[in-house]
Amino acid sequence: MTAARPVERRNDRAALRFAKAGLRRLYDPLERGAERLFSPALNPVAQLGTITFFLFWVVAVSGVYLFIFFDTGVVNAYSSVEWISGPHWYHAGVMRSLHRYASDLMVVTMVLHLLREFSLDRYRGTRWFSWFTGVPLIWFLYVSGITGYWLVWDELAQYVAVVSAKLLDVFPIFGEPLARNFLTPAHLSGRFFSLLVFLHIAIPLILLLGMWIHIQRISRPRTNPPRLLAALVLAALVAVSLWKPALSQGPADLTKVPDEIGIDWFYLPLYPLAEDWGAWSLWALMVGVSTMLAAMPWLPPFRRPPAAEIDLPNCNGCNRCVEDCPYEAIRLVPRTDDEPFPHQAEVDPDLCVSCGICMGSCPSSTPFRRQQDLKTGIDLPGQPLSEVRDSVVAASAGLSGERRVMVLACEHGAGGGDLGGVVAFPCVAMVPPSLIDFILSKDLADGVVVAGCSESTCYNRLGVEWTKQRFAGERDPYLRKRVPRERLATIWASPFETGRYEAEKAAFAAGLPAQAARKPAAAQGGDKAMEAQP
Amino acid sequence: MSDALWMPARFAVLALFFAGVVSLSDWPRHRSVPEGVGVVTLSFSHGADRRAACRPATEEELARLPPNMRRPEICPRERPSITVEFEIDGKRVFEADVPPSGIASDGPSRVNRSFELPAGSYELVVRMRDRPGDDFNWQGAKTVDLRAADHRVIDFRADGGGFVFH
Repeated sequence: MTAARPVERRNDRAALRFAKAGLRRLYDPLERGAERLFSPALNPVAQLGTITFFLFWVVAVSGVYLFIFFDTGVVNAYSSVEWISGPHWYHAGVMRSLHRYASDLMVVTMVLHLLREFSLDRYRGTRWFSWFTGVPLIWFLYVSGITGYWLVWDELAQYVAVVSAKLLDVFPIFGEPLARNFLTPAHLSGRFFSLLVFLHIAIPLILLLGMWIHIQRISRPRTNPPRLLAALVLAALVAVSLWKPALSQGPADLTKVPDEIGIDWFYLPLYPLAEDWGAWSLWALMVGVSTMLAAMPWLPPFRRPPAAEIDLPNCNGCNRCVEDCPYEAIRLVPRTDDEPFPHQAEVDPDLCVSCGICMGSCPSSTPFRRQQDLKTGIDLPGQPLSEVRDSVVAASAGLSGERRVMVLACEHGAGGGDLGGVVAFPCVAMVPPSLIDFILSKDLADGVVVAGCSESTCYNRLGVEWTKQRFAGERDPYLRKRVPRERLATIWASPFETGRYEAEKAAFAAGLPAQAARKPAAAQGGDKAMEAQP
Repeated sequence: MSDALWMPARFAVLALFFAGVVSLSDWPRHRSVPEGVGVVTLSFSHGADRRAACRPATEEELARLPPNMRRPEICPRERPSITVEFEIDGKRVFEADVPPSGIASDGPSRVNRSFELPAGSYELVVRMRDRPGDDFNWQGAKTVDLRAADHRVIDFRADGGGFVFH
């Protein structure tokens, strides 16, 4: 690994830019290490959102199981939990530990997910919706966990009850202060406990609804980790549950103060602050941080290049761009011109991130077309196909030597910072496979490197996957079979992996057949290609 | 190396990470009150009598009201504040005029204050005035033996004779 080249951030404040770069320095080694150990497909650092979903289901299933044995009455709640963790530790006790530790891990994966999306600048522009709808989820997750701790009715529950009541009593919304429910054993109300049980079921359901809304604006949202990763997570959870079973901390006794308690620092880190700062200060902190988080997509707003545009004479409504768009920004609508096709594509500019993946997916996006003004069915006004073709021709002019390598690079990966013979794109999946055919058959280079983001951290979500599938002939538009694969390399490397990128590129170049040995065949192939294309 | 051979390492990394998370689920321990200290809580909810008694409505007042809201008496909802004093071993630790709760100031006045005290014996005196005048019409006093981590509560029940020491 060599010195990192900071990814260009459009319209960002210096402090935020540095914060993101700093976080990337922490995340990138983690991601790359996990990629090597787990494989890109199973990389848990790239699956934080799906793991959080999975943990939710672990919590839900274990919670339903525990509810069978839990006594919801205030008198017997503690003893029923003791029964769960004592004589029946091997089934209900393990479930209790899974319930608690999966909840703790949900907080951890949620925070890591939030920081990672922030570091990748995936929260502004079109992505504001997922970020904004994620903020209330933090509150719902915390309230779900806190009400759960309350139900056990041990010393920790007593502490949670007393401090929560103090926090809520500053608002004049309760007829009787909540704190008065926890003064003495005589004040304790079974009905209040029933309300808590209801809340501990209802709020997680609202959380689930919020999680569903959270993923609405992205196409092909992944809500389940790969099965193997899910199995590993579950196995590790069971292992730690057996190693350190979740236990209660002695029965609640309102005639005593729970003076020293083992606190869950994931769910209750603010409770000691509530004691020291007072309720109003803590509310100000929580509301302030939440408001700031919710406002972040507009601090400052993301200025992106113009959205993709449809060129109707070249669009036959084939649906490929709709299939490939990672943000559901394209849909098919009834035809509005006289062309003999039932549909045409339509772009919603509010949802488009200008990644160009749609241009790469369009069967009309072929640089071989002999048109004065090269057009395609869907194009990026900021970097149209005609400009792409001109760019590769211009980049070719700068190449020299026996083994000329042209790089088609994602601007968010290591190749985006390369100098000489590089054409950069917002995403490698913007590269139409026919462009590679064009470069090689027209002898613009001896080899082509397609350099994308690191394999499990595609900036535009699906670019790496689509590119691989197109090259493998599994997804339209295919890379034609006649393209000599030994003259094409893909390098998936983050901006922090410029060393590996350079090494792989050099190794690829060294392995290319020398120009002199190949020239006659290439020239012949190129001429044939030009004839074969429309 | 075969994918299966990586499984133990993958499991070990996840389990280690989870073990770190699990350790923080109840450690380090938190002390909510200093060692050797108990807590006395003064907590009650009590409404003073309303500021004015009900009076017959005049003809003009009734005429201004919609027919379905006409009642023979007009009863002001607002309550006055109550005055509370709390002394520990003769030293006044709390003194307040506590306003009624509610948007219309017609709810009970609420007091909920906790006092951390080193373990020991204390003379507690609490007084309250809920009607006009200078005298406190409710008073309670008790000597309590407070041990470390004890929680003692002073409540008020008007229908139970006044202040209740738990």
